[in-house]
Amino acid sequence: MRRSLNLKAALLSLLLLAVFLGIWQVATMTTAPVAAQPTLTPEQIEYQKMLGKNPEPGGQAKASGFPTPAEMGATAWRQLSNPFYDNGPNDKGIAIQLAWSLGRVGLGFLLACLVAVPLGFVIGMSPLLHKAFDPFIQVLKPISPLAWMPLALYTIKDSSTSGIFVIFICSVWPMLLNTAFGVASVKREWLAVASTLEVKPLRRAFRVILPAAAPTILTGMRISMGIAWLVIVAAEMLVGGTGIGYFVWNEWNNLSLTNVIFAILLIGVVGMLLDLAFAGLQRKVTYVE
Amino acid sequence: MPPTPPVPPTDPGATLLRVEGLAKAYVPAKPVFADVSFTMQRGEFVCIIGHSGCGKTTILNVLAGLDTATGGHAFMDGREIVGPSLTRGVVFQSHALMPWLTVRKNIAFAVESRWPDWSRKQVDEQVVRFVELVGLGAAIDKKPSQLSGGMKQRVGIARAFAIQPRMLLLDEPFGALDALTRGTIQDELMRIVRQTQQTVFMITHDVDEAILLADRILLMRNGSETSSGYLPGNIAESVANPLPRERTRAGLHHLDGYYALRNHIVDFLVTRAKAT
Repeated sequence: MRRSLNLKAALLSLLLLAVFLGIWQVATMTTAPVAAQPTLTPEQIEYQKMLGKNPEPGGQAKASGFPTPAEMGATAWRQLSNPFYDNGPNDKGIAIQLAWSLGRVGLGFLLACLVAVPLGFVIGMSPLLHKAFDPFIQVLKPISPLAWMPLALYTIKDSSTSGIFVIFICSVWPMLLNTAFGVASVKREWLAVASTLEVKPLRRAFRVILPAAAPTILTGMRISMGIAWLVIVAAEMLVGGTGIGYFVWNEWNNLSLTNVIFAILLIGVVGMLLDLAFAGLQRKVTYVE
Repeated sequence: MPPTPPVPPTDPGATLLRVEGLAKAYVPAKPVFADVSFTMQRGEFVCIIGHSGCGKTTILNVLAGLDTATGGHAFMDGREIVGPSLTRGVVFQSHALMPWLTVRKNIAFAVESRWPDWSRKQVDEQVVRFVELVGLGAAIDKKPSQLSGGMKQRVGIARAFAIQPRMLLLDEPFGALDALTRGTIQDELMRIVRQTQQTVFMITHDVDEAILLADRILLMRNGSETSSGYLPGNIAESVANPLPRERTRAGLHHLDGYYALRNHIVDFLVTRAKAT
């Protein structure tokens, strides 16, 4: 029953993809060159070229047109078959660009974990600290992480580190709030068991509170990772240099739409894989009561 | 075999617990209960029975060290109870097992807390012994969510016994179980208590349960408004159980004195325990 549902869903997905590709193909088909096109003098051709147009027969529609699925496929194949090349600052393989982005996200996210989880723990344990920290969190949380960028660039004076800082600042809030919430809502009875067993505070934190709050904390991490992956593209467009976001911006400046679309797809796929990884972790720590 | 004997040091007859003038007030003028005093002998099984809200659970929590009284003192082995201690094991009404741990690890957590320098092997031996004591050997590596309510409560009992406390505090441990399961576990609890000569203080709502298990039954009265002013809750009576100590659930109602005792307690609960 379930298998047949999955099969049907997969078939439908393939159908949707085929329809989408079909529409794309039709929409981007090159119109046949108009037969009645007046023949241009060499001067006129020169003039057209200076205006950025391609006066060659058939070239007109192609130059200004959106890439066709076939062109996309060729680009994807070219990029994926040689992902590690490095031809200087503005021409690196897609894997290198992705690695830069993932590295920044990973580092910023890790730093955010190191701050958010212990701080969230303390805030969750102490109603006093919860109340004291709350106004700051509420004000800082809704700030777009990119708004920090000028400040980061000015203080840190390094664009790559600023990118990491932006990832840090956007990942920290969901993790902090979820950790605090998870810790605060650990069942009283488990804490009562721990105190009747005279469990020391550190052991209680790691053996009782952490496992009890782990599903909530992991949910926070998953949300944070999702946001971090959204923000890294924008951040790299802004700071430039390396990374998938910079790649998109660079290819836009090169007017290579195939590369831009390829990068967009890749960002989606990597984001999905990251989310799947965290979903897996979440399943590991989830318990049934 | 773990180095510690399975039976806590017993000296039947000696006073283990002394409660003097215990009071708890959320509103200073109207304490829930006041001037509660009683003693418990080593090896004694005491049940406290009373209506909801009379403060039974508060008394138990004070004895466990999880709550503080607003007046009076409780002493165990001559020392005042000021906080939770491994010498007092608690079985919670809601079993309070950690759902992310298996039965084995739940109990091991308690055993490791009690004897931090035991080897893994010693801990495991102790765990297995007490899991088998409650008849759950087959379910030892299951998570609590895979167990029935009765089995979970058995694990809770095994956990409390496994740390071999000087005294066991049971807060209505069978309240959430169906009658059939309850009966089986009562028998089991009785067997283990007799076997280990454990001192037990237990809250219950069930008169037959109290008669079956207890050596002595404390009848607790709710706080009430009387014509002469507010009267805080207190222990109205301490009834010694005259039935022979070797008794079974099945044969309980055939014993001489059973009905007299039961009627006495039920009469108390119906007519005297609660404010009108």
